[in-house]
Amino acid sequence: MTNNARDAILQRLQNSQPSFDNSDKSVSVEAPEWPIKERIEQFKSILESVRAEVLLAHPDHWTDTLKSLAKKKQLNNLLFAKKGPLGKTIEDAWDVNEQPSLVNNERPISEWKESLFFHIDAAVTSSRAAIAETGSLVLWPTEHEPRSWSLVPPVHFVVLDADKLYNTFAEVVEHEQWQQGMPTNALLISGPSKSADIEQTLAYGVHGPTDLIVIVLT
Amino acid sequence: MTEEKRYPEKPEKVYYFGTCLIDLLYPEAGLAGMQLIQREGIEVVFPQDQTCCGQPAWNSGYRVEAIRVAQHQLDCFNEDYPIVVPSGSCAGMMRHHYPEMFKGSTDELRANTLAGRVFELTEFLEHVLKITLEDLGSPVKVALHTSCAARREMGVATEHEALLKQLSNVELLQQSRKEECCGFGGTFAVKHPAISAEMVSEKANAITATGADTLISGDCGCLMNIAGHLEYQEKQIDSRHIASFIWERTHATER
Amino acid sequence: MQQSAEFHTRVEHALANGQIKTSFRSAMDGLMAKRKAAFPDPEALETLRFRGAQIRANSLSKLHELLEQLENNCHKNGIQVHWAERIEDANNIVLTIMQNHQADLLIKGKSMVSEEMELNRFLEQHGIECIESDLGEYILQLAGEPPSHIVAPAIHKSRQQIAQLFNEKFPDIPYSDDVDRLTRNAREILRKKFYAARVGLSGVNFAVAETGTLCLVENEGNGRMCTTVPPVHIAVTGIEKVVEKLEHIPPLLKLLCRSATGQAITTYFNMITSPRKQGEKDGPEEIHLVLLDNGRSRIYEDDELITTLRCIRCGACMNHCPVYARIGGHAYGSTIPGPIGSILEPQKAGLDKLGDLPSASTLCGACAEVCPVHIPIPKLLNRLRFERTRNDHAGATLGQSSGRTVMEAGIWKGWSWVHSQPRLYRLAMYIITRLRKLLPQRIGPWTQVRKAPHIAQKTLHELALKEGFNDK
Repeated sequence: MTNNARDAILQRLQNSQPSFDNSDKSVSVEAPEWPIKERIEQFKSILESVRAEVLLAHPDHWTDTLKSLAKKKQLNNLLFAKKGPLGKTIEDAWDVNEQPSLVNNERPISEWKESLFFHIDAAVTSSRAAIAETGSLVLWPTEHEPRSWSLVPPVHFVVLDADKLYNTFAEVVEHEQWQQGMPTNALLISGPSKSADIEQTLAYGVHGPTDLIVIVLT
Repeated sequence: MTEEKRYPEKPEKVYYFGTCLIDLLYPEAGLAGMQLIQREGIEVVFPQDQTCCGQPAWNSGYRVEAIRVAQHQLDCFNEDYPIVVPSGSCAGMMRHHYPEMFKGSTDELRANTLAGRVFELTEFLEHVLKITLEDLGSPVKVALHTSCAARREMGVATEHEALLKQLSNVELLQQSRKEECCGFGGTFAVKHPAISAEMVSEKANAITATGADTLISGDCGCLMNIAGHLEYQEKQIDSRHIASFIWERTHATER
Repeated sequence: MQQSAEFHTRVEHALANGQIKTSFRSAMDGLMAKRKAAFPDPEALETLRFRGAQIRANSLSKLHELLEQLENNCHKNGIQVHWAERIEDANNIVLTIMQNHQADLLIKGKSMVSEEMELNRFLEQHGIECIESDLGEYILQLAGEPPSHIVAPAIHKSRQQIAQLFNEKFPDIPYSDDVDRLTRNAREILRKKFYAARVGLSGVNFAVAETGTLCLVENEGNGRMCTTVPPVHIAVTGIEKVVEKLEHIPPLLKLLCRSATGQAITTYFNMITSPRKQGEKDGPEEIHLVLLDNGRSRIYEDDELITTLRCIRCGACMNHCPVYARIGGHAYGSTIPGPIGSILEPQKAGLDKLGDLPSASTLCGACAEVCPVHIPIPKLLNRLRFERTRNDHAGATLGQSSGRTVMEAGIWKGWSWVHSQPRLYRLAMYIITRLRKLLPQRIGPWTQVRKAPHIAQKTLHELALKEGFNDK
């Protein structure tokens, strides 16, 4: 049945080739190009306007920032990827009994879903790039830093290298040539989870993280 | 990306399309528009055979019937003069919908040429005649309702306001949600009277809330709708077509 | 004219409901202001809208090729593609997938196509529980109501009504009408469902042919949950949602977010290209894409009406519609309400079923003015009014001619006859002006809220003659 449906639909579309103007003459949509300092400011101010926290840190000392925030938020545990790009730095910076305790779990999520869903307070992940115009983080989750890490725990820390801060989404796609090969899942994250479904009143932390904290390495 | 408007040099002669609503309900407004143009030294031709632009039937889905009436206007306005229309709605019909109405028919060329010659009254006064107005009237507060067609189809909302601003004794008050439709919509008011009633009453309230003495509009459909409701509510507020209003305040012998 | 009566009943019901009036009016005011603020530069906005229209038109112009390309790329990526001509077919496809996985719970992200399919009702008849996870949709599911807005589905409900509803359905949770509290309650209830469900369903905002990527736009994270946590993900979409290239996505996304809610971007933009790969620790093992036609290929046949299919479902047309603001979404009686619904839905369901919708507009043009992809909505409303009354049976629109009545056709024929014969017209106007005092002062519904118009003593034709204006 499905194949018949496919052929019938495609046939109908092909038979009624529309004769409207479909010229693809390119219109240049003007895109902002900010110097890096302004890019960071723009990124920060947009993200902060949707109640995300953005902190600038030195590449050598960012774990201090992470630690102090984690303590301030009174987190019991922090999920991190030992084999991920941040793994070693985090591990080295943490004392054995330091709070929050570090959690590393390399098994498929299905095997420890309950703990991820109901017991993990926070996760920290890297990010591939970011976008100043919209205050967006670009994540391509990996086997070390899976998709649900940036989604399920109530608090999400993201570490961003300021060099990876682009002006616009279009610029990222073009510069990184995304069409050459897309990952399983590519994400733009632009704040903590939110909803305005009740009386147009913003509420944060609907299904995803309530807190999004970005540490920008400059 | 919006269509750039081009205006001709000041002509010697213009056609005047009075519209059917003005013909029957607001002829003094139609006449005022003609007199305003004539005062600028231009001959105004009013073809006696004109009737209606065809919009009522066109917007009701009765295209054959609309085309027949529109075709008749093509015959009436054959010469190469600009056609001035004291209504954004009817002007919009002739300027923007005639080309699509006659697309592929033997009248296509005629319709396209005619469409290119159509101007709404206030844009004609403002951009072609570059009219200057001397206000002879006493101080008055007014609210302006610009019809949706005048605003969005013809893009002449600023022209309406610019003319009123030339009148030194006229204070233009701004009602809330002034861009919103008054709920007339031709046969809409008849087919969906309850929604239309809701819309017109809110519009009328917004206008009375400004404290204006007079309601002005460049379209008689809206005027008939809003003023009809104001009258029903027994609100003490005058209503005028913009042409009548301007003519009354700038015409020496009337004062 | 059964449908007509039903529509009018719904409208009257809506107008009599003060709650509807206040919630819609203020919500729409807010959304309009937000959109306006999101596009501070009118020229840049026009360029972007032009680009958006161009991208959508271009994609539609080669729709069949792009669908094949999408299918190929999805297959390569491991996404299974299903085609459905009608909603029954689409529903059965979803049911079969559910049955193949012995799944009795479906967790759903927001999807207007699944509303179109009435999927929940269908699956529930087959013993499968469906849970809406978008907060607004979840509230409506609890209330047993359809959405009244495509972006903000529960916009017609007050905080107190929602609090009452939660209290009825979950008496164990203490009553609260605090928005944060209500949201947290919903989070806790739904989190267990995300945890338990074996199949998740979502819609699709854009499907990229070039890469076989499904794009989802959302704020809450429920869409990501539905497409990440359960082992199976089903995406349902209309065949028109395909876009040619990845580079087309950024401008469309910008237009969509800013037009819809005035946000620079939504919290999440989720691009899904394949099921879980070797070594990956989460994500569905299976992804199914259901492509639904349901009348879209018929709309596609018409060079003018095809522009309906450009829609990216931002809802800006309804936010700006003075009629929608008064009657709300439910009065339309269609899956998608407002101006876009009034052109799209009658074409899908037939003018015999929803033929009233195109007439429920003043053609004020506020919708077209804000449409991010330049759909000429008033023009298409007008066109559908014609399709509904034409009697030459030459169009492709379903249910054409169904609204033509002898009386209405007779009136317009008469009108046309008088207005195309100048002498007759002048005579008629002469008579009416002379008899004006004898004419009735009550004219149907017009004078229920207005005084009758004042007919002049003399017509403009007469005044022009009298004042010496030339005829030629």
